[in-house]
Amino acid sequence: MRHTDAMCTNESELQHPWWHNFKYLAVGIIFGITFVKAEVISWFRIQEMFRLHAFHMYGVIGTAVVVGAISVWLIKYFKLRTLYGEPVHFEDKKFDKGVIYGGLIFGIGWAITGACPGPLFAQIGGGFSVVAVTLLSAIAGTWTYGALRDRLPH
Amino acid sequence: MAGIAIGAFIAVNFFQNPNEVQVAEATRQALSEYGIQDYTRMLPADLFNWDNLFTWKGFIFFIVGGFLVGFGTRYAGGCTSGHSIMGLSTLQWPSLVATICFMVGGFVSTNLLMPFIFQWVK
Repeated sequence: MRHTDAMCTNESELQHPWWHNFKYLAVGIIFGITFVKAEVISWFRIQEMFRLHAFHMYGVIGTAVVVGAISVWLIKYFKLRTLYGEPVHFEDKKFDKGVIYGGLIFGIGWAITGACPGPLFAQIGGGFSVVAVTLLSAIAGTWTYGALRDRLPH
Repeated sequence: MAGIAIGAFIAVNFFQNPNEVQVAEATRQALSEYGIQDYTRMLPADLFNWDNLFTWKGFIFFIVGGFLVGFGTRYAGGCTSGHSIMGLSTLQWPSLVATICFMVGGFVSTNLLMPFIFQWVK
């Protein structure tokens, strides 16, 4: 079973040969090209957004939400399955106070780095190899959260 | 993840935009006060370079920034794609709360913290 909850695993029970992973690579490459061409990975664009000086990022995210809603509707309406024939489940997000605290912490980091987790990879591929340090630090952040989870307010 | 990096590499090297990043004049003006002048690439090369790694600048913009992104994302149970895009497009109210908090954090960081950070690390 696949979970969308970040507390849980997201592993398929199906076994596949390793080269089946190339389809994820293909999607990733398209995603990476889009990130750069839409300038979503640009630190400048994030600065503009948080200073309310441009509509650019709001347009990108707003469009993504609309496209996402249409995609989800199509998946549900036609009961589409994954490439391996598994049904697609949409699990409800659970609310806890972590959404607020974590959200604020992430927001502060987002403005500083000019990147959320996905674009970090694109910034590295886009020629800023020093962002690899940012990425390692972000991974350390996820580990720290894992270690402290039981002691943090949720 | 590797795919995203490869895709970005392809975009930057083969479908290159020869112009500067078109950034709003008001933002350029504000950033010039922080010594950011280089608009030739996606990120300001005068900030995001290896020479800054072992300075306070690098510590804030790479180490602290990255840590907050990773820690906050896990704590909130999702990031911009998980909460703001997928969550909002499936009308989940916790994702709306998360998105509002992302934005509040970003506004505070950009408009209240950054002036102090840049003054300190200059």
